Order: sequence, then C-alpha cells, then structure tokens
Amino acid sequence: MCATCGCGKGEVTIEGHGHDHAHGHHHHDHDHHHDHDHHHDHEPESRVLAVERDLLAKNDALAAENRAMLGARGILALNLVSSPGSGKTALLVKTIELLAGKLVPYVVEGDQQTTNDAERIRETGAAAIQINTGKGCHLDAHMVGHALEHLEPAEGSIVFIENVGNLVCPAGFDLGEAHKVVILSVTEGDDKPLKYPDIFAASDLVLINKTDLLPYVDFDMDKASANARRVRPGIKVLPVSARTGEGLDTWIAWLMGARAMAMAGHTLTSAAE
Amino acid sequence: MHEMSLCESLLDILKSEAETAKFTKVKRITLEIGPLSTVEPEALRFGFDVVMRGTLAEGAKLDIVTPPAEARCLSCFELVQINDRLDPCPKCGGTELQISGGDSMRIKELEVA
Repeated sequence: MCATCGCGKGEVTIEGHGHDHAHGHHHHDHDHHHDHDHHHDHEPESRVLAVERDLLAKNDALAAENRAMLGARGILALNLVSSPGSGKTALLVKTIELLAGKLVPYVVEGDQQTTNDAERIRETGAAAIQINTGKGCHLDAHMVGHALEHLEPAEGSIVFIENVGNLVCPAGFDLGEAHKVVILSVTEGDDKPLKYPDIFAASDLVLINKTDLLPYVDFDMDKASANARRVRPGIKVLPVSARTGEGLDTWIAWLMGARAMAMAGHTLTSAAE
Repeated sequence: MHEMSLCESLLDILKSEAETAKFTKVKRITLEIGPLSTVEPEALRFGFDVVMRGTLAEGAKLDIVTPPAEARCLSCFELVQINDRLDPCPKCGGTELQISGGDSMRIKELEVA
C-alpha cells in the first residue's frame, strides 16, 4: 500500500482486472519514487479484513420480517418438520377438521415436486399454497414470505408451514415461525432424536404419530421421550394418531393455547402503540 | 444438503464486501462453524470449490475454525464446554445439558487483494 495517500498498489495496475476509475486523481507529486523500480505486474498486495457476518444473515433478516408481520396481526405460525412419510399431511387434514367451528387455518406446503399435498389440504376447505423447492432440501424465509403475501392470512389465524420432508436441513433455517413442531412416527424408531439431534434441539413440541401401529412395531414411547429430552431438555412430547384420533384433543388444546399467546402478544403490541 | 446454498450466501456476502471494501480477489476466508451448527465441513469445502469457480474467490483457501459450544449441566449446574449435542457433562456425566451457542456459521476474516 502506498504509505503517502493510502491508495493500494492493487488499485493501480492489476493486469486482467478492469479498473474503471482513473489513476492520478490524488495529484500527489511523484518524488516518493513512485516510478517503476517496483514491479507493477506482480500480485497485488494482500490485506486482511476482520468481517463478522453470519452466513444466514439474509435468511434471518427475512425471517424477522415474517415474524414481525405475523406478530402484528396476532397470527400463530408453526413450522412442521419431519422425515418423509411421517404422516404430516394426514395429521394436518385431521387437525383442520377438528378446528372446524373454531377457525379455518392457512397452510403453506413445501415439497420438491408436485402440488399433491396442497390439493389434499384444499379439499378440507382451508386455503393452501404449494412451494416447490425443485432441488432444494428445505424452505427458507424468502419463499415463505412470498407464500404469506399470496395467502394473506386473517388476523388471529393459524398458519401451518409444512416443511420439506427432511430431518436435517430445515433445522438451520428460521422461517419466522413461533414454534417448530417435529413429527416422528412410531415406524421410524425411538432413536430418531439421537440420530437427528439438530431438528429436535430446534423444536418445541414432538408429536409421535401413528400410535395405532404401536402393537406391530418395536417402538418404546418412554425411550423416544427420553431421547428427545436428552437433546432438548424440557421438550414436550405428545403421542397421537391421525388415523384413530388418539391424542388429538391434547394437540388441539396445545394449538389453541399457542394461538392465544400469539393473540395476546398482538394485543400487548397494539396497546403499547 | 444445504451446504451449497450456504456457499451461495457466502458468495453474496463476498461480493457485497468487495464493493464496500474495494477488493477484487479473495485469497483466504476464515469461517467460524460451530460444532452444533447444521454444517458438515467436508460438504462445505466441496460446495465451496464448486460455487466459487469463476468468481472473485476462485482458488481461495478456506480455513474453518470450530470453537467449542458452552452448556449448563442441569445435574451439577456447572458451565462446561462440549463438542457434540449428545456429549455428557464432562464434570459429572449428566446427560441433560442446556446448550448455549455453538451453532454459529460466520465469516470471521478475509484476506483480499
């Protein structure tokens, strides 16, 4: 770096780089041997920059925007995560049926391909929008922000975001939800929380689905709960069956409680304004 | 795997830094990747080489530092350091730990020209 004016040599004569700013704008005289006895065709001098920037900063900022929008309208948004085939969509269909008379939720469906899930949800009468991530392995806050613009959920409603079936990547991406809810089915094994700890660590509630199949599989409910708590002390675990309806009244009660909190937050915000 | 999309975020950040800090080449990048982040360093290195090809960071050296995560043991209440979510408390062997941090994915330092 030039010690006199601080201009970097790199800005002057780097070969192969298009520098469109004119040199000589400093008008310093050249009696400090700015002649060519140092080689201008060599590699530019390096400098080290201290940078503190999160790789997910962009996603986190968009998630914060989603959260602020949802908060301002007292909307409860839940990010439903699971492996493929855990029965997420079936559980959601059943949940929408049980919420009838209380409220009509909105659904954001994430899959790599097809609109099958959104169609299944629409048959219940709930508004649904499908995001196809193509090769993508997770939903991100940007996609969900646009989906919410299209859905225009009503004040005080519930938005279910059904993430791409994947127990790995969705753990790292905040969508602006109030809670992540992880769904595990009894056919998957009670050691799932230990195998995929990140997603359980990021979730507030575990639904253990397909309890009607318990007599046919080697699934230990206590072990599954203990494993989930080992990863995330204090996490709530709720056994349910979308097929028989077992445990769903408790799930609906949890939902209405979480929705009441979202609406109370909204009331507090409004009161403060 | 989402390591590719993380590399694309990294490239976006490099481009915006290049504009503000006026550089045209990135020679070395130091990333802090917490042991409890959802990133597999080897997959990140693979994605890095692919995504950076033909950009200002082509051929850049990628240094990854992994500081340990801190956790409060709910059995002995000691503040301890761990490297895995399933690590037991190194003081008492307790298995319920309240983890704080350890999931960072952050650019710390750039060597540029």
